[in-house]
Amino acid sequence: MTDQQTSPALGALVDLGLPGIGGLDGVPLAETPQSAKDFTSDQEVRWCPGCGDYAVLAAVRSFLPTLGIKRENTVFVSGIGCSSRFPYYLNTYGMHSIHGRAPTIATGLAITRPDLSVWVVTGDGDALSIGGNHLIHALRRNVNLKILLFNNRIYGLTKGQYSPTSEQGKVTKSTPMGSIDHPFNPVSMALGAEATFVGRAIDSDRKNLTAVLGAAAAHRGTALVEILQDCPIFNDGSFDVLRKDGKENRIVPLTHGEPIRFGPAGEDGLGSHAVVADGLALKVVDAASVDPERIVVHDAGSHELAFALSRLSDQDLTHTVTGIFRDTSRATYDDAARAQVDQAKAGGAPDLQSLLNGRDTWTVAG
Amino acid sequence: MTTGDIDVGNPSHPGVGPAPLARDRVVIRFAGDSGDGMQLTGDRFTSETATFGNDLSTLPNFPAEIRAPAGTLPGVSSFQLHFANYDIVTPGDRPDVLVAMNPAALKANIGDLPPGGILIVNTDEFSKRNLTKIGYEADPLEDGSLETYQVHPVAMATLTRGALEETGLSKKDAERAKNMFALGLLSWMYHRPSEGTERFLREKFAKRPDLAEANILAFRAGHAYGETTESFAVTYEVAPAKLQPGTYRQITGNTALAYGIVAAGQTTGLPVFLGSYPITPASDILHELSKHKAFGVTTFQAEDEISGIGAALGASFGGSLGVTTTSGPGIALKSETIGLAVTLELPLLIVDVQRGGPSTGLPTKTEQADLLQAMFGRNGEAPLPIIAPRSPGDCFDAAVEAARIAVTYRTPVILLSDGALANGSEPWKVPDASALESVDPNFATEPNAPDGSDEFWPYLRDADTLARPWAVPGTAGLEHRIGGLEKADGRGSISYEPDNHDRMVRLRAEKIGGIRVPDAEVDDPSGDADVLVVGWGSTYGPIVAAARRVRGMGHRVATLHLRNLNPFPANLGELLRSYRTVLVPEMNLGQLVMLLRARYLVDAQSYTKVSGLPFKAEELQDVFLGYLDGSHPSSGERGSAPQGVDA
Ligand SMILES: Cc1ncc(C[n+]2csc(CCOP(=O)(O)OP(=O)(O)O)c2C)c(N)n1
Ligand code: SF4
Ligand SMILES: [Mg+2]
Repeated sequence: MTDQQTSPALGALVDLGLPGIGGLDGVPLAETPQSAKDFTSDQEVRWCPGCGDYAVLAAVRSFLPTLGIKRENTVFVSGIGCSSRFPYYLNTYGMHSIHGRAPTIATGLAITRPDLSVWVVTGDGDALSIGGNHLIHALRRNVNLKILLFNNRIYGLTKGQYSPTSEQGKVTKSTPMGSIDHPFNPVSMALGAEATFVGRAIDSDRKNLTAVLGAAAAHRGTALVEILQDCPIFNDGSFDVLRKDGKENRIVPLTHGEPIRFGPAGEDGLGSHAVVADGLALKVVDAASVDPERIVVHDAGSHELAFALSRLSDQDLTHTVTGIFRDTSRATYDDAARAQVDQAKAGGAPDLQSLLNGRDTWTVAG
Repeated sequence: MTTGDIDVGNPSHPGVGPAPLARDRVVIRFAGDSGDGMQLTGDRFTSETATFGNDLSTLPNFPAEIRAPAGTLPGVSSFQLHFANYDIVTPGDRPDVLVAMNPAALKANIGDLPPGGILIVNTDEFSKRNLTKIGYEADPLEDGSLETYQVHPVAMATLTRGALEETGLSKKDAERAKNMFALGLLSWMYHRPSEGTERFLREKFAKRPDLAEANILAFRAGHAYGETTESFAVTYEVAPAKLQPGTYRQITGNTALAYGIVAAGQTTGLPVFLGSYPITPASDILHELSKHKAFGVTTFQAEDEISGIGAALGASFGGSLGVTTTSGPGIALKSETIGLAVTLELPLLIVDVQRGGPSTGLPTKTEQADLLQAMFGRNGEAPLPIIAPRSPGDCFDAAVEAARIAVTYRTPVILLSDGALANGSEPWKVPDASALESVDPNFATEPNAPDGSDEFWPYLRDADTLARPWAVPGTAGLEHRIGGLEKADGRGSISYEPDNHDRMVRLRAEKIGGIRVPDAEVDDPSGDADVLVVGWGSTYGPIVAAARRVRGMGHRVATLHLRNLNPFPANLGELLRSYRTVLVPEMNLGQLVMLLRARYLVDAQSYTKVSGLPFKAEELQDVFLGYLDGSHPSSGERGSAPQGVDA
């Protein structure tokens, strides 16, 4: 799953097909096994009853101990929004920062501290509206950060205005006649911003969420995980079709190296729907009706396939792809930045006095 | 003309020609088209002058456009240099010598040349077409309009081309070296050493030895021209200045500031992390720091100013010395994050190299109009310390000091430089690196709960400094969460409690107000002046120079320079109240004076000018005279400053 190569100086950081350096390499390991309880802070959780954020918090609390790293070397940085309260509820280091800017803070932290596992928690408004610029630049730089984008397709904390992922026509407090904004597709956007890891999970699907988080943690570079999250107060039931009966006809789970099949089991025991190429795009067909050779095999190393999958369903949830769209290796900004500093330092400790003197000094005698 | 055999290397043997006239001080202005290399020419003359041992001060002045249309008034770029045999503090008001490389440069600058001044003109550019382009109806070299000056017409392009004939360079390439011809001529006139320039040219054009040789030939040709033609009857000598003993170098404010940041990394023992977005006139600090990775300096060119400061703050959270550098428009973008840093109480160094505003304003010109932005430009009560250097070399000390305060008090600090300091240069007495005071970042390593439990309270303050503990991620047992929401005093958890907020607002203000800064010092040689002139930042030079002039005329005037703008020195109020008149000259519409009046209830007077250029000593001299006591014997007589007094 190799992407482009870079300067020979960074050779060691580029995937050469050898076992690569992982997202957690350099982070010290815990001496004793830890539990979800160890990662739980004493702060009372204050989301609305039924909020999808609870499920994600529970999943993350039990997932973190499985990484085996020291709790004190784990940092969560968030922006502003309901979801951005997340760090307060974890007993790790954390910063609840300002609206949209969490990726910038996490970038400075990750560049200077390779011994930390740095996570960003952000919402659809936080990440894609006010913080859009920082998000795309974090993704293209490929700093070793894990970004959890809680997409409830609404502004929760400010009580229900439409967001950059709200569907067109949506009636909200600020759009009584329906929203006229065309929404972002966060996965397409991330891929367009050169993201090396993009995944998607549904808040209530703990198994898939945990799997995607695990792969994100292991990925060296920026990982974006879009979490479809329910806001029962201001966008109630927005993802209900992905939870109710018939959801298997909508959710398209991805597994690297496997043909993309989903839905109720067909005669061969695999899903009765299949994804096939349709010109330059993809479409869903009845698996039994096509030559199995035509069924697309998922390749998380293919940028083009990942993008086509992200377009399978746009604003509606007819076919919602979940799992890992893209997981590919490219030199990370933070490793490269540190490599340059190390390279400069290799010549031995420089002398401050000679820097200050420069090359042209003169002496005034006393 | 071959010049290779002419010895130009020894200033004490000017060769043939009349004996040099001695001068205490000289101001030279090189002016030409943006493409004529005037900044480089000025820089080189400055280096020669520094090496020679004069005191000096410079003022580069260039357009915001990279290359405005050639030969036009907006395209004129100039470099003024003041050097003397005594200590000087300004780049000089008016040039004694003006070098004009084209008609536009003449037109834009001639108004500043006093009658009798020396004018050296590159006549090759004085074609009919070039003259009409900028609205000269007649050739000023011929219509008698320059009669009051000592005019030296020199066909610099032609002479340079002639000197380079044998190099085989194209006519165009050869003529481009004419700035070095001008430099050679002026170097001859003022007996400047030339080895440095020749070495510089060889290094600058290391990849094009032919161009290096061409420039050196042009430089020598200019020198020889002065020596051999009758046109220049005299040369001048400005003896080395008697500066304080020590090792000196020439330095610009931006370089000194960058070195101060490197030094702060050493004094605090912290890795330095700079997050920055390019902006004039601050970019050179980013450029300079990016060269010093070997000192453990990481530089990050962010996607915008918000990201630059965000990354710096993230690095500070992780235990680095976070730094961000910008100009006024960038500070506006960073305000929200500065507010976050205020409430997080983490060390952060924010550098604002002020330029003309509002908005994009005058990007390449200087101004002091960001003081109130630095002081108040955030939502809520968000006080922070402010430090302003007074000269290019002082930018070093100011940066070291700002970092010390940031680390000791766990606070963002704003350092207010400006365009004149950033690009201006002066001889700098190089500090002894081993004598710089070290600062202990004093990271928290243990739980600190007052009840002796194993809890960590991130907002439990040091009784003396009111600083909170700095516990960096990776420290076991001190895991904690901080953020922009109000925190409970001590424990640091989120608190919406009314009394707690009131207490926290006051505690933050008290912490900043209690930062120990040195007392202000008054310079009042006679000890009985009635008028106190208060300045800050780069107006230090013109204020001191004007005060010297006024004193030279027999008047009494006191000066006070403020380096710490927040908090103010503890003795400031008392000092202000002890003078009949307090006058505050500023390059804004009266920002410091507003703070002084509000804070100390003194009827301080304001003198302001916002032209994008530093004050002139002569201008301030007149202003000071206007405020002097009418009963004083020599008041009211406004003469010109005695020789050797101006600075
Ligand atoms: C600079 C700034 N602008 C606006 C706000 C108000 N604000 C807080 S959260 C938010 C939107 C949150 O939406 P989202 O990111 O989707 O998070 P959610 O609450 O839905 O989890 C807004 C507009 C703010 N806190 N700061
Ligand atoms: S408003 Fe919505 S997103 Fe916010 S806490 Fe309540 S349910 Fe959750
Ligand atoms: Mg939202």
